[in-house]
Amino acid sequence: MARDDKLRQTPSQTVGPYFAYGLTPEQYGYDYKQLVGNNLSAGDIAGERIAIRGQVFDGNGDTVRDAVLELWQADSQGRYAHPEDERGSNTGFAGFGRVGTGTLAEHFYEFQTIKPGAIGDGQAPHITVVVFMRGLLNHVYTRIYFSDEAAANDGDPVLAQIDPARRNTLIAQRQDGPDDADGADGAIYRFDIHMQGDQETVFFDA
Amino acid sequence: MSSQAGYTPRDWGSHPPYLSPEYKSTPLRAPGKPLVVLPQSLSERTGPVYGQNAVGPLDHDLTKIAATTGEPNGERIIVAGQVTDEAGRGVPHILLEVWQPNAAGRYQHADDQHDAPLDPNFLGAGRCVTDAEGRYRFITIKPGAYPWGNHYNAWRPNHIHFSLFGPSILTRLVTQMYFPGDPLLELDPIFNGVPEASRQLLVSKLSIELSEPEWALGYEFNIVLRGRAATPLED
Ligand SMILES: [Fe+3]
Repeated sequence: MARDDKLRQTPSQTVGPYFAYGLTPEQYGYDYKQLVGNNLSAGDIAGERIAIRGQVFDGNGDTVRDAVLELWQADSQGRYAHPEDERGSNTGFAGFGRVGTGTLAEHFYEFQTIKPGAIGDGQAPHITVVVFMRGLLNHVYTRIYFSDEAAANDGDPVLAQIDPARRNTLIAQRQDGPDDADGADGAIYRFDIHMQGDQETVFFDA
Repeated sequence: MSSQAGYTPRDWGSHPPYLSPEYKSTPLRAPGKPLVVLPQSLSERTGPVYGQNAVGPLDHDLTKIAATTGEPNGERIIVAGQVTDEAGRGVPHILLEVWQPNAAGRYQHADDQHDAPLDPNFLGAGRCVTDAEGRYRFITIKPGAYPWGNHYNAWRPNHIHFSLFGPSILTRLVTQMYFPGDPLLELDPIFNGVPEASRQLLVSKLSIELSEPEWALGYEFNIVLRGRAATPLED
């Protein structure tokens, strides 16, 4: 098919302020089953339990209370639950989560998940993040890397192409939680997203 | 891994720019710096997979899923179409999620203070999975227009919010479907944020074929997602 015959991509539009009952109904208290929430590691999933939490900030430095975040990640062995990963995840880990910023104090979001393994192509362990909000006409993509993977991060080809002054916007900072001693909870990683300003998060076009 | 073709880029000639000042929430939320181009590794070429077992038997029928005492108020409609890639190939077995206000233009949401009645028989959320040809079908109520705070006397045109997956995380799309002939469209900064040549792609068509006699009008809304690039990408 010649290029001119190609159909045009349907334009993106903002998720708007009222996505909750469509996308995250249980989180927001609606009587409608949600397909996916903020807990990716429920059940008998192999891997190190972690939590990722943070806030989203607008250009004034105010927290965004109506953003919705999605995570897409490999399992603890670095495999994706998707047909294109020929190795296939065999841990029962679906690898996808979704949460809105409108239900926790100070507009925090939080995910419970497992730490992803390296996928084996030279990239450090990472999670793909998709962000939607009112006022954002196209979603943005970013990535979470991990502060306790310094050696792997140093060899990561994506981080290597980013201005060194901005690399830290992609690195979630490990904060060992108070419950670590009894093993009930794993590490907490802090990952904030800044839409604009000196600390603006690196957003990707892929 | 390098043997697999990647996905075509986001067509920035079709999508709205992040900064669209007439839509007054964009100036503080649009990324300020250019996006960084990311090679399409396995992380980008994979994405969440939802099959038919993800949706309940009534999830595609918004007139039934939340009904408690009877039928919801308003004009029953059928919304259906095909999800394809840019080459016109159907995108099978992908999840669509929709949400919308009721016939009076009111969302069931704490932040919606519009002085219009809620409907005890209508939530306004639904989902379905495309068939083997990429086709989908919802039954719902025609959503009402509603006021919003963007500017004096601002009203959103009738619309239904759509969220789609597709074969990879790169084909993710959230958009809005509009209705033909709506005079509010030309006044709407969210719709007008889209480059003019692509705006009509967001407007559904009245379809007498999709309509069911004595029961409901049908609107056709086809959706085009990013497709596979013609040649394999190197990574
Ligand atoms: Fe809306």
